[in-house]
Order: sequence, then structure tokens, then C-alpha cells
Amino acid sequence: MKVHNNKAWWLVLPVVALVAFSAIVPMMTVVNYSVQDIFDPSTRYFVGTEWYREILRDERLHNALLRQFAYSFSVLAIEIPLGIIVALSMPRRGLGVPICLILLSLPLLIPWNVVGTIWQIIGRGDIGLYGRLLHDLGIDYNYASNPADAWVTVLIMDVWHWTSLVALLCYSGLRSIPDVYYQAARIDRASHWAVFRYIQLPKLKNVLLIAVMLRFMDSFMIYTEPFVLTGGGPGTTTTFLSQTLTQMAVGQFDLGRAAAFSLIYFLIILLVTWLFYTAMTHADDKG
Amino acid sequence: MRTRKLLVLIAYMLFVLVPIYWLINMSLKTNREILGTLSLWPVEPTLANYRVIFTDPTWYMSYLNSLSFVSMNMVISLAVALPAAYAFSRYRFLGDKHMFFWLLTNRMAPPAVFLLPFFQLYSSIGLFDTPIAVALAHCLFNVPLAVWILEGFMSGVPKEIDETAYIDGYSFPRFFLRIFIPMIRPGIGVTAFFCFMFSWVELLLARTLTSVDAKPIVAQMTRTVSASGIDWGVLAAAGVVALLPGVAVIYFVRNHVAKGFALGRV
Repeated sequence: MKVHNNKAWWLVLPVVALVAFSAIVPMMTVVNYSVQDIFDPSTRYFVGTEWYREILRDERLHNALLRQFAYSFSVLAIEIPLGIIVALSMPRRGLGVPICLILLSLPLLIPWNVVGTIWQIIGRGDIGLYGRLLHDLGIDYNYASNPADAWVTVLIMDVWHWTSLVALLCYSGLRSIPDVYYQAARIDRASHWAVFRYIQLPKLKNVLLIAVMLRFMDSFMIYTEPFVLTGGGPGTTTTFLSQTLTQMAVGQFDLGRAAAFSLIYFLIILLVTWLFYTAMTHADDKG
Repeated sequence: MRTRKLLVLIAYMLFVLVPIYWLINMSLKTNREILGTLSLWPVEPTLANYRVIFTDPTWYMSYLNSLSFVSMNMVISLAVALPAAYAFSRYRFLGDKHMFFWLLTNRMAPPAVFLLPFFQLYSSIGLFDTPIAVALAHCLFNVPLAVWILEGFMSGVPKEIDETAYIDGYSFPRFFLRIFIPMIRPGIGVTAFFCFMFSWVELLLARTLTSVDAKPIVAQMTRTVSASGIDWGVLAAAGVVALLPGVAVIYFVRNHVAKGFALGRV
């Protein structure tokens, strides 16, 4: 059991100091902006909760939020099962292991704007491999003008980019299962499904918690890739929350509204992640 | 079963590798060939695009800038996360669970939220346009992650080791540096990999906090658009070059990633 010792705070202190500097100070600035109407640094008025009320009624933001949820849940629905399948298919020993690991990690290490660029090129009807292939098959595909195509392209790009992370985490979870378990299952003549359901899945619970949370947070904050690929278009089909926020803050320099929006945005992520966290750790306590 | 697994794996690897191959393919072509025809491999291969990157100072300096803030970030993140993760894995203290979750919440803050405040903060303390500003800003999401991963690894080390060391008369710092850290080397490798990964690929904060002197490669790449259109060849070459440090890092930690995760609680 862990020892009760409040001196452990001294060990945590550096982290607290650093995070306070890089998170609490800026966060306070945001709070400060969110209750003021700022014309220039010397002309500002206190407006109370006006920005918040305006944000909560803003039709454009409601739509962006819905798009964001649809996107994040599609991402989870595809990447988590696919990641598990890939992890289960990987070799457990031998030369194949490092090769698979390196190849899998490649998409994770590409700067995000390059990811956008790669898919921007490969999806183009004239110079891109996939775009050209679809055209030759007689499919009228154009991610720049057709909303459905744009949506699917952004989703596939994300699957390409991030499924590897889920697979890597699951793979490391699978590696922690001792061989004895599999031998016992073989003696019992357990089916593949039974092995997965009663041996592998329970062992994966912790890594899946990390994978689900990371994927949810990151897909909810996605900015660079769709920005490069589609610029949020056509229309606003692929304009997600981060892009809306950046437009508001840097594009229109609408500081008060952007700040109020930021805080609500942050609270939504916090709430959903907390729900995942409690749901999954509670299941753990019972199991 | 065996063959089915192999097929799944090959299909997925193709899905992963084709776009990357396309990038490499493009980086070896001239712009005329890229825009003119669709060729599966370079018909007239050229290294001109790479020559641009390694001879033009704005390109190779931006590359070095990126490397410098990423390594600073790795060092800072590990230095503060190691003791904290030890505290979380070994002791119970006032507010420990809240503290742990609060740290994680920083991983959830969208970078877009912090753009303006960060810009003001780092400008006001005179760090704007330096690598250290970007390194500190990236700590926002890397430190919580580092604590989280390391805590898992440290919990996998039996507590008896600590106790034996104290009985043998080791002081805490000496025990921590001499005995404990070498024991969780795989964990440090994995953590360093994740810190590297998330810092190297980030664009939004890195671009906002720099202008000329510390411009990272990701920002430099957004400026290949000139009067004559996008310079696809150079852009692709820069993408390939940006991929290399990552490949090097994963190569060094490849055994740790496989072995390491299995050791930890995760």
C-alpha cells in the first residue's frame, strides 16, 4: 500500500510551478478577456456575462459543435476497433516486431500540416493517386467542392494518421499478457472469440482508457489537418471548433467573444473526458 | 487464422505506407512532372528539391530551430515529470487524486484557446521568437502526458527496492538517480518518444510564438506558396526531411516501446 506522506508535495512542486506558469496564468488572461469589451489596450469595458449569453445562443457555434461531436465519435468508432484488430494481427516475436513498430509509428511522426498536405495531394483528381484512381473508376469525387467527399476525406485522413497510436498502445497491452494464459486457453479449447473476450480485452482495459481519452481530446481539438486539407470547406462542412475559435480570435480579433467561447469549449472537453474517465475507472473497480 | 492475420496486417501497412510513398515519390520529381503527369515513380529523378532545403539557410535553420525546441521540451518535461511521477506512484498525500486529474486537464486544453494569452505572456517576458518559448508552451500538453506514462512505469517497480536502498543508507537523491532511474529506463524512452512526437508535429503554437529567428520547420513549410503557385516538390522534400528525426527516435526506442509498455501498468 502507498504510504501517507505530505512531503511528497515537494516532488510535485516543480510540475505545479511549470504548469501554473504555462496554464493558469494564460487561463486567467482568457477569463479576464471574457468579461470585457476590448477596443484597444486602454479602452475596455466590463460587460459581465454578455459574451457568454451571446455564445450560447450563436447558431453558427451550435452547428460547429454538432459537427465536432459527429466527427469525434466517428473517429472513435473507427479507430478503436481498427486499432485493436491491427494490434491483434501483429507478430508477437521475431524480426517482424521492430519493423511493424517503426512502420506503424511513421504517420504519428509526420508534422500535422504535412499530413494535411499529403492528403491534399493524393486526393486531387489530376495529380493525386487516390483521386485519379476514383476518377478512373467513374466516381465523381472532389473533396474541394462536394461536402460529403470532404467529410469522408478528413475522416480517412484522421484514421490514417492516428489508428497507429491506438494499435501501438493496444499492442503494448497485449504484450503484458503472460504466455501461460494462452496455454491454459488452448487446453480448455477456448475459441478465438473467448480468448479475446476473457483474456485479451480485460488486459487491454487500461490502455484502451488512455487510447479513448487521447483520441477524444485530440480529435476534439483538431485544427491543422482539416485547415490545410479543405480550409474548413466547402462552406463550413469541415470547420470544427478550433478553427471557428481561431477565426474569431485571430481573424476577426473578437477577443471577448473568443475568450468566452474558449472557456465553454474547454469545459465541454473536460466534461466529456471526465465522463469517460469515471465510466472506465468505475468499470475497473467493479471488475 | 495465421494467414488472415497476415492479410489484415499487410492491408493496413499498405494503407499507411502508400501516402508516405507518394510523398517520397513527389519529393524526387520536378514540379513540371508533378503537375504534368501522374507517374507511379519519378521518370526523371532529381535531388534539386533536397538541394534547396540543405543550401537555403531559411530552410535548414528552421529545421535546427525545430530540433532545438523539441529537445529542450523533452529535457524539461522529463526533469519535472520524473519526481512528480515518483510521488504519485509511491505516496498518498493531500489532494493527490485531484492533483493528478488537474494535471490531465491541461492535456485537454485546446491549443487554440491559448494562442493569444501565450503570445502576450511570452512577449511580455521577452521570450517571444526564441526556441525556449515554444519548448515551455509545449510543456502544457507534454508534462501531463509524461507524468501519466512515467507513473505507470514506476508503479511496476516493486516498492521493496526503495526500502532496501534506504536500509543500505542511500539518500533519496542518490537512490533516485543511481538506482531508480536506470530501472525505469524503458519508461523514460517511451516518454521521451511521446514528448518528441507531440512537440515535433505541433504547428499552431509553434507558429504563433515565433516569427523570424526561431521559426520552426512546420511554419517554414506553410510558406512555400509563391507567385508561381505552391512549390510542391520542395514541400514534399521538406516533409520527407521532417520525417527523419522521428524515424531515428523510434529506431532507438523500438525495443523499449515494445518491452517498456509491457512492464508498466498500462
